[in-house]
Amino acid sequence: MSAVIDHGHTDHAHGPAKGLMRWVLTTNHKDIGTMYLWFSFAMFLLGGSMAMVIRAELFQPGLQIVQPEFFNQMTTMHGLIMVFGAVMPAFVGLANWMIPLMIGAPDMALPRMNNFSFWLLPAAFGMLVSTLFSEGGGPNFGWTFYAPLSTTYAPESVTFFIFAVHLMGISSIMGAINVVATILNLRAPGMTLMKMPLFVWTWLITAFLLIAVMPVLAGCVTMMLMDIHFGTSFFSAAGGGDPVLFQHVFWFFGHPEVYIMILPAFGAVSSIIPAFARKPLFGYTSMVYATASIAFLSFIVWAHHMFTVGIPLTGELFFMYATMLIAVPTGVKVFNWVSTMWQGSMTFEAPMLFAVAFVILFTIGGFSGLMLAIAPADFQYHDTYFVVAHFHYVLVPGAIFGIFASAYYWLPKWTGHMYDETLAKLHFWMSFIGMNLAFFPMHFVGLAGMPRRIPDYNLQFADFNMVSSVGAFTFGATQFLFLFIVIKCIRGGKPAPAKPWDGAEGLEWTVPSPAPYHTFSTPPDVK
Amino acid sequence: MAQGMSTRQLIQRLLLLVLVMFGFGFALVPIYEVMCQAFGINGKTAGAYQGEQTVDEARQVRVQFLATNAADMVWEFQPLADEVAVHPGAVSEMRFVAFNPTDKPMTAQAIPSVAPSKAAAFFHKTECFCFTQQVLQPGERIEMPVRFIVDRDLPADVRHLTLAYTLFDITARKPPVPVAGR
Repeated sequence: MSAVIDHGHTDHAHGPAKGLMRWVLTTNHKDIGTMYLWFSFAMFLLGGSMAMVIRAELFQPGLQIVQPEFFNQMTTMHGLIMVFGAVMPAFVGLANWMIPLMIGAPDMALPRMNNFSFWLLPAAFGMLVSTLFSEGGGPNFGWTFYAPLSTTYAPESVTFFIFAVHLMGISSIMGAINVVATILNLRAPGMTLMKMPLFVWTWLITAFLLIAVMPVLAGCVTMMLMDIHFGTSFFSAAGGGDPVLFQHVFWFFGHPEVYIMILPAFGAVSSIIPAFARKPLFGYTSMVYATASIAFLSFIVWAHHMFTVGIPLTGELFFMYATMLIAVPTGVKVFNWVSTMWQGSMTFEAPMLFAVAFVILFTIGGFSGLMLAIAPADFQYHDTYFVVAHFHYVLVPGAIFGIFASAYYWLPKWTGHMYDETLAKLHFWMSFIGMNLAFFPMHFVGLAGMPRRIPDYNLQFADFNMVSSVGAFTFGATQFLFLFIVIKCIRGGKPAPAKPWDGAEGLEWTVPSPAPYHTFSTPPDVK
Repeated sequence: MAQGMSTRQLIQRLLLLVLVMFGFGFALVPIYEVMCQAFGINGKTAGAYQGEQTVDEARQVRVQFLATNAADMVWEFQPLADEVAVHPGAVSEMRFVAFNPTDKPMTAQAIPSVAPSKAAAFFHKTECFCFTQQVLQPGERIEMPVRFIVDRDLPADVRHLTLAYTLFDITARKPPVPVAGR
């Protein structure tokens, strides 16, 4: 096995096709990864602009800018687009780009299916967003689309919403199958499971979560479709069904879904922190087992979203304790990251800044999650801005900071240029300040009783809401800076060496920057 | 672990898993029903009365009746009395009155619920208008009976039960069949 690593010669023979059809027909994991990432960023801006509408309306008490009906569509579409259009495709894009490079595979295992899973997404979101312009408006029932709001009382466009969810579900399932097949079957010789980078591990587990719960979501919206059009009554009490059943089915999907949105970020941060602390990751094995434990626990805690629907006391106790148990493997991960940094020679380039902020702020979001897990206390917090503060703290500085950290960390590998470090640091600090200004006061107004998803509020909440809105506008505007930094990095900049970060480890740094169109056509030898 | 498995085999198994989980989503419907029945949660009442038919004269339980219309229902719907006092083990009856004030025949379905939920498993309906759909002609009024037994095993701290009905308009789904001579 010594006659390997000679993959320079054939690379130039099969370059990308020219023109638009390169992107339509491509089966190259790097092209598809790039398209996923750009699509996700476009959706991030679209969903973000809806958040700007929400925050503009909530800048002052009273109704100033939009009607309540439109406000409801904004909250719903903001949630749906950010969850299914921004965060999930971003991680699939990172998986497409990095997993083959990290495990020494020439491409994903199923390249044609890979192309199809991407191109389903523009169709799904084109349809979803078009409902906003339809008569009666788009989905207005919240991103959790509880029945009967989303069945009996839904606008006509709900059918398009259901079809869009089906399409994005098929896309996610195919993407997940592809990831599992790639990781299990295409690893380079010597790359045993316990040698894989943690990003690969967390994605393997995420892919199994996707395969397990996206079909349940598909079943859930199929039941809605049948209730609306075919006269069944799964969720209609009049016909012997039960609206509470909807919440059980939805959250059986919904809770693993929140881990689908965070586990790949755990993996990315577990690569980035060791690189900039210049120490190997502390507790690799425990990280793998902690991720698997979180994934397992995510299946048995769903009813903590439903404490107030009237589940029996035994049920509340079970779901309360099971939920609190998740703090144990999550704590293992946080302590491992901190221990990795401990006594390391740390430098704070943009990826590390985002990664450190991720650890701190995600932990804050985790703590408010523990508060929400306390069943008796949850009766006060339920459906208030405290919940909004909680899940934005785990999703914005969690998932999204994880994506920013990954983007800066791997941009030199993708583009062959170093990004502008000064602007990237500015992007970090503006995002950090804006995001905390936007979401921290929501804890206070939530505890004081401000309900979520309402376009107006009591005068006593006015000042905190104004602060929130200013923070949200800051955070939103800052993302155009990110767009500028990325475009600038693609167009030029200091040439990046194969391994631009001296502490970084992994096979992806053994190929030149920018990564050639075809890599690892001959598998590398992993010692 | 899957080292020996070809990609084709792996994909087939993963697709099978997808199908199983899609089925599981639907299987949650009967599972939910069974769980609610078994644990008497969600106000689902118990099945037929199995215990001995002796009446516990020493104990008295108040049973309160509620009649509610679903959002789009226009019938008048109420119990003849707001509450009765019953002895556990005894068969009791209450009548509910429904009136269709519209000028067209309508079909309705009543859905019962018992509170507190821990008492639901100890509440047995032997006859109930909620077992069938009700069809009322324009201007028609009927009295609908419910016969029930409160279990002798009802937890001692429950002294007060509420039987609530919600009446739904299901005319669109089950058009009333014209009945001759009615």
